Amino acid sequence: MVPVLLILIPLLTGLISFFIKNEKTTRSWVLFSTIITLGISILGLTIFKEEEYLQYQADWLPALGSSFSVSLDGMGQILCLLTAISYPIIFIATWSTSYKNAKNFFALMLLAQAGLMGVFLAMDALLFYFFWELALIPMYFLCSQWGGERRIAVTFKFFIYTFVGSLLMLIGIIYLQSKTADHSFSINSFYELQAQLSGKTQSWLFWLFFIAFAIKMPVFPFHTWQPDTYEQAPTATTMVLSGVMVKMGLLGLIRWLLPVLSVGAYQWSDMIPPMALIGLIYASLIAMRQDNIKRLIAYSSIAHIGLMCAAAFTVNIYGMQGVMIQMFSHGINIIGLWIAVEIIERKYGTVKLSELGGLAQKAPALTTFFIIIALANIALPLTNAFVGEFLMFNGLLQINSNFYIWFVVMAGMGVIFSAVYTLNMIRRIFYGEAKAINSVTDISLNEKLALGLIVLIIFVLGVYPQLMLNVSHEVSDSIINKINIIHYTGKQ
Amino acid sequence: MNALILSAVLGVIMMFSGIVLKEKRSIRNIAVAGMIALLIVNVLEMRGIVFFDIDAKDMIAFDRFALLFNTVAFLSALIYLLLSSRDMEKVGINYAEYLALIFFILCGITMTSAFRSLLILFLGIEIISIPLYILTGSDKKNLKSNEASLKYFLLGAFSTGLMLMGIALVYGAQGSFYTNKIILFSGTPSPLLVAGMVLLLFSMAFKVSAAPFHFWTPDVYDGAPTVFTSFMATIVKAAVFIAFIRLFDEAFGSLQVKWQLLVAIITAATLFIGNITAVFQQSVKRMLAYSSISQAGFMMLSLFALNAEAKEGLMLYVSAYSFATIGIFAVLIKMKDYTFDGFNGFAKQQPLLAATTTIFLLSLAGIPLTGGFLSKFYMLKATLSAGNYLWLVIFAVLMAAVSVYYYFRVIQAMYFKEGDAHPVDVTPAFKWTLVALSALVLLLGIFPNLLLNWYYF
Repeated sequence: MVPVLLILIPLLTGLISFFIKNEKTTRSWVLFSTIITLGISILGLTIFKEEEYLQYQADWLPALGSSFSVSLDGMGQILCLLTAISYPIIFIATWSTSYKNAKNFFALMLLAQAGLMGVFLAMDALLFYFFWELALIPMYFLCSQWGGERRIAVTFKFFIYTFVGSLLMLIGIIYLQSKTADHSFSINSFYELQAQLSGKTQSWLFWLFFIAFAIKMPVFPFHTWQPDTYEQAPTATTMVLSGVMVKMGLLGLIRWLLPVLSVGAYQWSDMIPPMALIGLIYASLIAMRQDNIKRLIAYSSIAHIGLMCAAAFTVNIYGMQGVMIQMFSHGINIIGLWIAVEIIERKYGTVKLSELGGLAQKAPALTTFFIIIALANIALPLTNAFVGEFLMFNGLLQINSNFYIWFVVMAGMGVIFSAVYTLNMIRRIFYGEAKAINSVTDISLNEKLALGLIVLIIFVLGVYPQLMLNVSHEVSDSIINKINIIHYTGKQ
Repeated sequence: MNALILSAVLGVIMMFSGIVLKEKRSIRNIAVAGMIALLIVNVLEMRGIVFFDIDAKDMIAFDRFALLFNTVAFLSALIYLLLSSRDMEKVGINYAEYLALIFFILCGITMTSAFRSLLILFLGIEIISIPLYILTGSDKKNLKSNEASLKYFLLGAFSTGLMLMGIALVYGAQGSFYTNKIILFSGTPSPLLVAGMVLLLFSMAFKVSAAPFHFWTPDVYDGAPTVFTSFMATIVKAAVFIAFIRLFDEAFGSLQVKWQLLVAIITAATLFIGNITAVFQQSVKRMLAYSSISQAGFMMLSLFALNAEAKEGLMLYVSAYSFATIGIFAVLIKMKDYTFDGFNGFAKQQPLLAATTTIFLLSLAGIPLTGGFLSKFYMLKATLSAGNYLWLVIFAVLMAAVSVYYYFRVIQAMYFKEGDAHPVDVTPAFKWTLVALSALVLLLGIFPNLLLNWYYF
């Protein structure tokens, strides 16, 4: 029942929010809804963690071989928890931001949450596709209605980009379904396919899926929509986009692509990780030259995702576990950064590094929070991201490829670059000469609460990562086994 | 058979109602009541209750495929009357005649969906076409309407000639008009038969506005009064498609290898021309005309694949497409300015209408949760299982992505741009019918079995 509730609560409360007249009531209502969702997600991790609570299946389109099948495995647990945690934090942090037609804004945010939960939970390919698109539609409206100046064109580019990718994936899904023994869309039937499809078929099918996921993540060279969209979208939406939504691509890669088309993935495994790592360095170099904080964070996000994508192809337990925990950590950290940026933009009216400076004297609390989160973002030990990056590096070192040392070198350079641009950003925002900024107020209580929660998670996971690793261990293992079957039997 | 007789009778009744009744409202009520009656008798026939049992010498067969499509067509026509029949008053003075012609067209539709003989097909197509020529030119004082009517008539007559020629050649080759007797041969088909088949293919492609026979469509759809464009682009087009797939399934199914490549090329060309040209339109009405071409391209995929999934999918497709397009046209008729800019700020003025229009547009673009998605899904699935035509599937999908561009321009205008577009004379009944219609589109997208189960049970 847990997975059904995780989808239904945001969906229904979201639909109800369309009809709430009072703006204050809407805010409280959506916050209430997201806290309930968070509660259920935590219950699913602790009390109701038996199989029977975590799975649900019902007939949906029997003629097509599709069923409404949702279940929470370890990866689903992590990503649903991330979604469930990030929403209340986002709403708390942006409590005082006012929107035109606020009820529609919040309703669409909740609908997007329902779509995201669905993507993370779906165990049926057609259902997965449904939710994949459903998460996109509210995002489209959110970004085009409440975004910045160039919002309409930028969001449209984003939409068309992802739509093309997902349509290609749809072809792949239909093709795979027609090859399954029982003509079903269920994930287990898909997993059984890998032995039947020839290497050549898998090789081109791989790209139908990979393009969709690569656009969503985004991985170089499919990333061009991302900096514009992050910059133009309303900040609350950007948080969801960058913190949670990009994980859709990684989840698709790990759950739907690598174990299903493992031979195809193997054939391209000398090409994709370098591509992702080139993206990592490329994005880092661009990030160093950015004057706009929003674009800087957007490029830094591309860099982080590039590393995760490369690590997903390592096919060993370190790499996989690293990706799992890093998906969560990256989401938390980047939402923290966006909250800080949103505060800076609202209070000081600019997000340009050249116009900021010396904020540390005026806003000490903000400075402290920002620095902690930024350091977590560059994976300092004792922060959450360190564990993930450490494991991913470990995974890359053991990768079954002749070029592994180059992979590690490239990834290492990315980490160094990330320290460069992040520390430079901190220096230029908070230290140095105070620029002409009138406002002297520090952050308010709700912002402290939101940033405090994020810092708390950063430290808890940084000191005791076992919490997360336990959750994802089993599923990482089983996915690696599924991928490895083919490699060991030597069939290519 | 119920619906065939009743629709013809209703056509005659409507003609005379114009003489007897002076009040337009009562004429409209008769039409709506007649349409409901038509729907009911047709559903009764699906349940096995037949009122008229006429020996048609097996030239016409009301099987499930035909009856289910008739139900869809009558339901669409009923929705169409509820939404747009008031707007027909503005076209001209001959209100009762317009409604009469619509019933005659429906009579033709019951024939084309159920034909077993090429003669009935020809008869049905003509019964559909001739009232359409009149309806296209019904705005007598408008030059564009006259031009459209003349153009439609001349080109339509030409394609009818082609069809007749094709039928004659097929008859010459096989000695029968019956579709189920045409396939009873062995060995290679005679050149006569192949020539006849190709002529039939071309003339039907003309009627469904598939490229390269589509040139009449934008002008005719644009020139005709918008109320009638709505009818022409949805119910009529759907009916001809049903006839198309029926003809090629029953008569030429065994020759599929011969015409499959040809159909694939026509499909790709239709998708390409429809979608790419729609991108450059400035008027929503003309955009919808090109969109109807591109949607025809998608429906052509069912003809290409011609398997069980394709037939189911076509049924779903024509329903989803007709419902959504009727809805959009109903809103469009109420607008003063037909350009995209004419929709600026529509959502502020009419949030409910904007929301329903958005659902219709999303359905046409093929976004999940709407009927449009599942119907496209069926088409792709059918085409993939038909064999080695992956390029066609990928091409179709890319074109579907292009279609998002022009459908979403309307959404952008309605929601994200400033303006004061407000529709004229919107009644609460109109609004709620649209809401019900959009609910129907969503329902088709979530539980398509509600419709498809009728195909079997």
